[in-house]
Amino acid sequence: MVDFLWRALAAGLLLALVAGPLGCFVVWRRMAYFGDTLAHSALLGIALGLFLELDMQLAVIASCTLIALLLVTLERRTRLADDTVLGILAHSALALGLVLLSFTRVQIDLQAYLFGDLLTVSGRELAWLVAGVAVAGLVLLTQWNRLLSLTLQPELAAVEGIAVARLRVLLLLTIAVVVAVAMKIVGVLLITSLLIIPPATARLFARSPEQMALAASMSGALAVLGGLAASWQWDTPTGPSIVVAAALLFLGGLSLQRRSAG
Amino acid sequence: MTTASPDHSVRRLDTATATTCDPRALLHLHGIDYHSGGRQLLQQVHLHLQRGQILTLIGPNGAGKTTLVKIALGLLSPSSGTVDRSPGLRIGYMPQRLQVEPTMPISVQRFLALAPGAQPADIAAALAEVGATRVADARMAALSGGELQRVLLARALLREPELLVLDEPTQGVDLKGQAEFYRLITNIRDRHQCGVLMVSHDLHLVMSATDEVICLNQHVCCHGHPEQVSNDPAYLELFGRQGVQAMAVYTHHHNHEHDLAGEVVDDPDHVHGEHCQHRHGPSLLHNPRKGG
Repeated sequence: MVDFLWRALAAGLLLALVAGPLGCFVVWRRMAYFGDTLAHSALLGIALGLFLELDMQLAVIASCTLIALLLVTLERRTRLADDTVLGILAHSALALGLVLLSFTRVQIDLQAYLFGDLLTVSGRELAWLVAGVAVAGLVLLTQWNRLLSLTLQPELAAVEGIAVARLRVLLLLTIAVVVAVAMKIVGVLLITSLLIIPPATARLFARSPEQMALAASMSGALAVLGGLAASWQWDTPTGPSIVVAAALLFLGGLSLQRRSAG
Repeated sequence: MTTASPDHSVRRLDTATATTCDPRALLHLHGIDYHSGGRQLLQQVHLHLQRGQILTLIGPNGAGKTTLVKIALGLLSPSSGTVDRSPGLRIGYMPQRLQVEPTMPISVQRFLALAPGAQPADIAAALAEVGATRVADARMAALSGGELQRVLLARALLREPELLVLDEPTQGVDLKGQAEFYRLITNIRDRHQCGVLMVSHDLHLVMSATDEVICLNQHVCCHGHPEQVSNDPAYLELFGRQGVQAMAVYTHHHNHEHDLAGEVVDDPDHVHGEHCQHRHGPSLLHNPRKGG
């Protein structure tokens, strides 16, 4: 009993730690829909993993990465708006995943992938998560200033010597990896919320980009703790409980801010 | 005319070109064509810029001014033509716009610290030079047009530029603020001996602050010293006589200036004419209309 709880707690907190700062860029760059697209394509990864008998987590990371790269190419080749391209990719990937899944003999628990199943995180899945979080953390720590420059004014960043096209792809791939390893925790449909809600809460109080990143990590960690506790106490589904906790923190922050402003 | 392939279009000045013998040369564009989406945006444009020279691109909307600047900066590759930059040229760039996402809390100081290698002392010096020390701790998203313009200029100066590139630097700034800004650019050029390439709509104001003007409308309509260009038939045709006459009002000088805080800044080099006693910075602490 204690074992699986510790694993769940470690997985949730690790994810919150890196989703905070990474989510700040999702918020600043208005990439929420991009996160959703990646999440939808994760289901395609599961279907492919089952078909090709690959490691499930590896297949999901691969499919999210592929979708991210496909997006970069499509954006350059077509004259469609970003959100149209994203819409095409998101729903095609999701639909293709569901169609492929219907061909497999294996019965899978679709519910667990759509809404997450933190309490059944295995040691192996935790190891993947640690690896994914480490990679994302490394990118964020080493590229932080450059990513800020890229977000503020890409042309200025380019003139100042930053390889903006490469950096942009790196950011997309980092988000793809985090979304892929986070799938088990909150599920395909709720992943983006962990990238959006804690930074939005942090934004209410932060006075610098770094404060916002740190506060987003903390608020995400609190949401994980709260969600797990609620799930333990009232036997509610873990993933959705974490998201509800994150949303409550945001509402609490909002009313606190209103009160201090008024 | 030269039609190099885009891949080989960027050369260094140390290769055998017309500019090799001139150690003051910073930038040389030769026979630049640029097409995009089946439209020709630039046609056979030549441009030459030296250390200590201010060169202004003017022209109507859609004339390709920003495209030409992006080619000069290396952000775009020309369809044909050559771009020569002096070896290791340090460029300070002031982009046309910077829209700070309101969700990003960032102060002016933190923004300037993002310039590669900028130390706190450099940042303080750059802010002082552009007269924006007062807004050091302000939030980027809360700056007025004139304040943001000076902060962007400070960021460009942090590069210790040999070439300063300004793309419509006075957009969204009132007339007094614009004249003030052009004086600032002239002072910076005198102090740093850098070359300045700028794009402007403000043909009236910019005339007194530039050494050379290129009047662009996809091709170079005319170029030369400001007085020369302002009498050129091509220029008169492009902008209409009325717009041209209006410039006379702004060619006067003034004897002292105000920084962002509204403090008087001594500027003994300038004699003021009958129209103007003094000017105010763009802080709007005073009604700018009362200045003249």
